[in-house]
Amino acid sequence: MFDTSMQPGTFLFEAWQARWSLMSGLGVTMSSSVLTIIIATIIGTIFGVALSYGWWWLRALIRLYVDLLRGIPVLVLILFTYYGLALFGINVPAFWAGVIALSAFATAHVAENLRGAVQSVPAGQMEAAKAIGLRFGQRLRYVIVPQAFRRMLPPWVNTGLEVVKGTTLLSVIGVVELLLSTQQVVARNYLIIDFYLLATVMYLVINLIIAQLGALLERRFSYLRY
Amino acid sequence: MSDQPLLQARGVRKSFGKTEVLKGIDLEVRQGQVVSLIGASGSGKTTFLRCVNLLEEHDGGEILLDGDPVGYRMEGGRRRRLSEARVSAQRARIGMVFQQFNLFPHLTAEENVMLGLTKVLGKGRAEAREIASGWLARVGLAERRAHYPYQLSGGQQQRVAMARAVAMEPRLLLFDEVTSALDPELVAEVLGVMQDLAASGQTMLVVSHEMLFVREVSHHVVFMDQGRVAQEGTPAEVFENPASERLRSFLGRFHGLLGGRAE
Amino acid sequence: MIDYHFDWGVISRNADNLVNALLLGLGLAVVSLAIGCVIGLVTAYARVSGRIWLSAPMRAYVEFIRCTPLLLLIFFVYFGLPEFDITFLDKTESFILTLSLYAGAYMSEVFRAGLASIPKQYVEAAKAIGLRPWQRQRYVVLPVMFRITLPSVSNNLISLFKDTSLAAAIAIPELTFTARQINANTFRVMEVWLTASAMYLVTCYTIATLLRLIERRYASIR
Repeated sequence: MFDTSMQPGTFLFEAWQARWSLMSGLGVTMSSSVLTIIIATIIGTIFGVALSYGWWWLRALIRLYVDLLRGIPVLVLILFTYYGLALFGINVPAFWAGVIALSAFATAHVAENLRGAVQSVPAGQMEAAKAIGLRFGQRLRYVIVPQAFRRMLPPWVNTGLEVVKGTTLLSVIGVVELLLSTQQVVARNYLIIDFYLLATVMYLVINLIIAQLGALLERRFSYLRY
Repeated sequence: MSDQPLLQARGVRKSFGKTEVLKGIDLEVRQGQVVSLIGASGSGKTTFLRCVNLLEEHDGGEILLDGDPVGYRMEGGRRRRLSEARVSAQRARIGMVFQQFNLFPHLTAEENVMLGLTKVLGKGRAEAREIASGWLARVGLAERRAHYPYQLSGGQQQRVAMARAVAMEPRLLLFDEVTSALDPELVAEVLGVMQDLAASGQTMLVVSHEMLFVREVSHHVVFMDQGRVAQEGTPAEVFENPASERLRSFLGRFHGLLGGRAE
Repeated sequence: MIDYHFDWGVISRNADNLVNALLLGLGLAVVSLAIGCVIGLVTAYARVSGRIWLSAPMRAYVEFIRCTPLLLLIFFVYFGLPEFDITFLDKTESFILTLSLYAGAYMSEVFRAGLASIPKQYVEAAKAIGLRPWQRQRYVVLPVMFRITLPSVSNNLISLFKDTSLAAAIAIPELTFTARQINANTFRVMEVWLTASAMYLVTCYTIATLLRLIERRYASIR
């Protein structure tokens, strides 16, 4: 099966033939992942802070959003967004419908994780920050966030992994990311095992890099103990 | 108005839900004085201290710092809460040292002291660093400047916390049972720093169970009982002539510590 | 803004279909969790065994699954096994196999953490009253571990239930697949997806509530 000669029908030959489709699929996977992680991190952070310190009605609203989004499968979110946006005459490409749905999902997770991290900072920290006269924004920026960030990291890295894996679901609405481009290649050459293995390895590499970066960052903050 | 007390509390009340913790506290602290609050746990000492620094809002009465009401301003005979920025500015004039130290774990000893200097008082980093290392040297931690809190003992952490509070040059310094969380052998080093500060003329309001220290260092002692001031006076008056049975039995617990003079 | 007229008749006409589809997804999740628990328990013991030739491959399995997209695994097993002349699995069995392997990796992580968190004194006390090694596991370690890990197990059940939506990709008629079919036939987009979302939500929170009740029954043991 793993014939290494460069003949048509062998893995290496077919992989060379398919290199551009696979690269472009990989590019779509990466760009949708990165976009989603950026959007979810920004909005999720705002939501998380609001969930921790907001007025009661704002907290209730965001709590509702977070709990709703965590109870619905990502695939359903993607399909709903894709068909729903079209219905309201909003013509966005499938790629963006997918990124919006994935971001909505990841935002909920980031917000919830941030709230947990903020809550885990001992109350005395806020009081000590008040006692030296720091204002609310300063207390968050110099005292709470740096400490919460450390506890945010592991779940945040996990959300990143979930997002990368979640981009495969965009294939269902026709976004030619790595999985769908692999399927298209397989449909031409029938080298099912070889090319699925190749895709698996690519996902493994991306995710191991993310996990490794996370571990590196964590070590950077190892002085944070109680 | 040189005769005006630095801190003046009049009829301060505070309830948590249905429990009234402070039932009208009157108290004065004058410039350069060390005033100690003593009393059983639950008597309201810590709550009063937290009201002074606006960590709790008092429900009634008033607390004046240099004649200005703390946390509120009067407008047409009604109390209006001060803005966040004004409250923070008031807090900056009052320092506080906590039972649990509450050092910022992500900052070194020096950075802990510098944070308020740079962000609240707006000093440059070089100047703040100089002030910080000066105070750390004063509390005997010159060579621990670059250590993180987890690398310091409890007593050392508490001394850093004192440097952090006093470096802000507060008008008034509050101490909330600062030795209660320490191992017995570390208490002395912390009390030593407090004694040094008192001798330098720092105005201090101290909640403490260290009766020997209270007796030696305070100018004025206030015994609180069930949310009220039950007796106050010079250490000699309070310790030698306890007026009430409750103060007598409270002090009785510390007889051994007071040098067995009670017999 | 276009105006959209809701017509919930679509839903009531397909109510049977939708409920059956939901139950199918629930069944897939429960079966996969059960198999996954067995895999997870065995691999967790392998990982705490202290023998590197046992623990290393199991760790690799867990990391591999954690870093690979579920949809890719589903396709890999579904299309790949026949390449090895394994053709006796239908698509549902193939999906259960995939989801079980997937669940197994996550349960392995849960059980490993659970085993690690059991206080040593329990095992020492069990030794002291003369229990043999397997008896210590059977009567002391496992019961304590299951109580400690129960919340994580319930979270995993909910995740797995949501993951059964991916079975739609190989045309297993669970809720997402059914909803998509009704959507394609009637184009009542809002009704269909609102209903499907609501059904997932209600089921997830019902599972969560029920399992929390069970957890509370055992809460006395820490």
